[in-house]
Amino acid sequence: MNTAADLILIFLILSNLTLLGLSRLGACIRTVALQGVAVGLLPLCLSRTGPDFHQMLFSAFLIGLKGIVFPWVLMKILRDIKIQREVEPFVGYGTSLVLGTAALVISMWLGHRLPLPESIRLELIVPTAFFTIMSGLFLIIARKKALTQVLGYLVLENGIYTFGAALADQQPLLIELGILLDVFAAVFVMGIAIFHINREFDSIDTDKLSGLRT
Amino acid sequence: MIWAMLLIPTVAAVLSLIVPGIFFRRMILVLSAAAHFAVVLSVWVSPAEPLLGGWLMLDQTGLLFLTITSILFLACAVYAAGYLAKELKQKKQDYEEGLFFTNAPETVFCACLSAFLAAMTLVTVSQHLGLLWVAMETTTLVSAPLIYFHRHRRSLEATWKYLLICSVGIAFALLGNFLLAIAASGQAPAALSLNALIKLGPSLNQPWLKAAFLFLLVGYGTKMGLAPLHTWLPDAHSESPSVISALLSGALLNCAFLGILRSYQICLSAGLGSFCRPLLILFGLVSMAWAAVFIFGQTDFKRMLAYSSVEHVGIMALGIGTGGAAAFGSLLHAANHSLTKAMLFLLAGNILAVYKTKSMAQVSGVLQKIPVTGVLWIAGFLAITGIPPFGLFLSEFTIAKSMFEQDRFGIAAAYLSLLALIFTGMAPAFLRMAHGSRPDSLPDNSQPQTAFAVVSPLGLGVLTLLLGLFLPAPISKTLYEAAAALGGV
Repeated sequence: MNTAADLILIFLILSNLTLLGLSRLGACIRTVALQGVAVGLLPLCLSRTGPDFHQMLFSAFLIGLKGIVFPWVLMKILRDIKIQREVEPFVGYGTSLVLGTAALVISMWLGHRLPLPESIRLELIVPTAFFTIMSGLFLIIARKKALTQVLGYLVLENGIYTFGAALADQQPLLIELGILLDVFAAVFVMGIAIFHINREFDSIDTDKLSGLRT
Repeated sequence: MIWAMLLIPTVAAVLSLIVPGIFFRRMILVLSAAAHFAVVLSVWVSPAEPLLGGWLMLDQTGLLFLTITSILFLACAVYAAGYLAKELKQKKQDYEEGLFFTNAPETVFCACLSAFLAAMTLVTVSQHLGLLWVAMETTTLVSAPLIYFHRHRRSLEATWKYLLICSVGIAFALLGNFLLAIAASGQAPAALSLNALIKLGPSLNQPWLKAAFLFLLVGYGTKMGLAPLHTWLPDAHSESPSVISALLSGALLNCAFLGILRSYQICLSAGLGSFCRPLLILFGLVSMAWAAVFIFGQTDFKRMLAYSSVEHVGIMALGIGTGGAAAFGSLLHAANHSLTKAMLFLLAGNILAVYKTKSMAQVSGVLQKIPVTGVLWIAGFLAITGIPPFGLFLSEFTIAKSMFEQDRFGIAAAYLSLLALIFTGMAPAFLRMAHGSRPDSLPDNSQPQTAFAVVSPLGLGVLTLLLGLFLPAPISKTLYEAAAALGGV
């Protein structure tokens, strides 16, 4: 058992459920930021020999990006487009929570089916990763606002990173930084796209983006 | 040599952001494309040294895809130079909705175009799956502004779909990479380098490897445009400027295909070929069928070309899944399809510039109005539907022949009937556009086409024809070696 790591994983699960029930976009951004910090801390708690310089550097970079830069960029967008909350999502909040619970059960079952190799001993890590990935996908599909879809993408990315955290010391630093840089650029480019969508359509509801069919 | 290939377009991208003056910027674009092509040709003569401890290396598969990319980029850079000259800065009227819009600044366009080449080059030379992923995501990000060159609603919608769907897809590929790392954990050097993983082969953890292949296939398959993951593709290809559609369809889809091929190689070495092949065949047939449905009754000629891309990536996946000589055919098909499809998209751009509509019903008499484009349009149609003597006939035939050799009659029947179906869907559309008399509404005295608009499609068309007539020894040797690495001949 690794208490700190388990606490982080439980926090991830709870924050996913929170996100499924939240309508205020500002609160969603803050939750995703906290989740990013938690994912950044995870590899530090997992390493058995104590974190080395490489891991410290990477975690610092990840926390700085997901905990400070992303929320700042997204909050700025939120202020500029003057929208507070997600109204009338495709799937309501109550239903979202029920579906989320179902997804959690499925993730637990999946995690049970796919046992990790001997070197990684943390039972919760696979189910949590799957659940976070599913929550992210759900947010992308079930919410209308382009901003929430970007948040969903970040949650999905966090879930994938939970997997990655289990293997942090096996990946070269250069690649890890490259991946983070790409995620950063993705959020940046999506942010610019949201500005343009808001200007062209006077709204960031993606169901307005329906001119192209067949 | 690999450094030169990566640095030339990167420097060109930076330069086109700094250098003032329209003329110089276009010069940089064309010259850097030519320089890149020259370096790629030199690699055919003397192989490039591996770099960064083997992370950057050109194997035969990479070399094949790199060469296609470089040829296409050169053709598109020449075309773009002429295209940008016509796209003046003033506000323009949208063909479809009648609204006014402006273009994105040309600096951004040229810089992103060069950066796109750099990213695609990195995809083809990466031997480390993590690096491959980074390069692949970079291609998405630098090509998004290119799709949004014409700043109107439809292109914005296409860009958003492209960004979101491809980013999520590529995120799955990242998950696939991590799963692969788990499959390899416990083994000594568990880095994600291709050669190390292939050497580990049978000792990889099989359930995790299977899961990894599924995620990599879905992830890179989204970017490649395999149905039903292709939903971004028709929008992005039809709303971006034609020169970008040509690059997306001809070069980018191949890069994503390369990602799938790399993961397939690892699975083969682990003895999972019988797990992967049915999946590839299934995706291939579904893509072809899906494309056939949407090609029938299509009213927009750029969307029709986009769906034809879905069909052809399906054929490539099908060929690899069939194995044997079909793997050879599939790689040859990738080359042929790129050349032909890029040619058709560039011609579609010419037609669009004259007729100012993408609706097939409103285009007629292309042969009479712009004869060179018209003749090439017919030739391109014959090539893309696999009529001899063009290259696509050869590759499609090789795949079919290999299916019969392996007694897979059911798959062969489905494959051949879908090909025939798509031919009958495309023939009336193409021929009606080319023949007949031009619509009366079209002004008679519009300016003649510049050489820029014709020389690139002509060159690409000649290459497709040559590849159908004979395969030079170095090319067939490269194809054989690449196919052998993929469980082919």
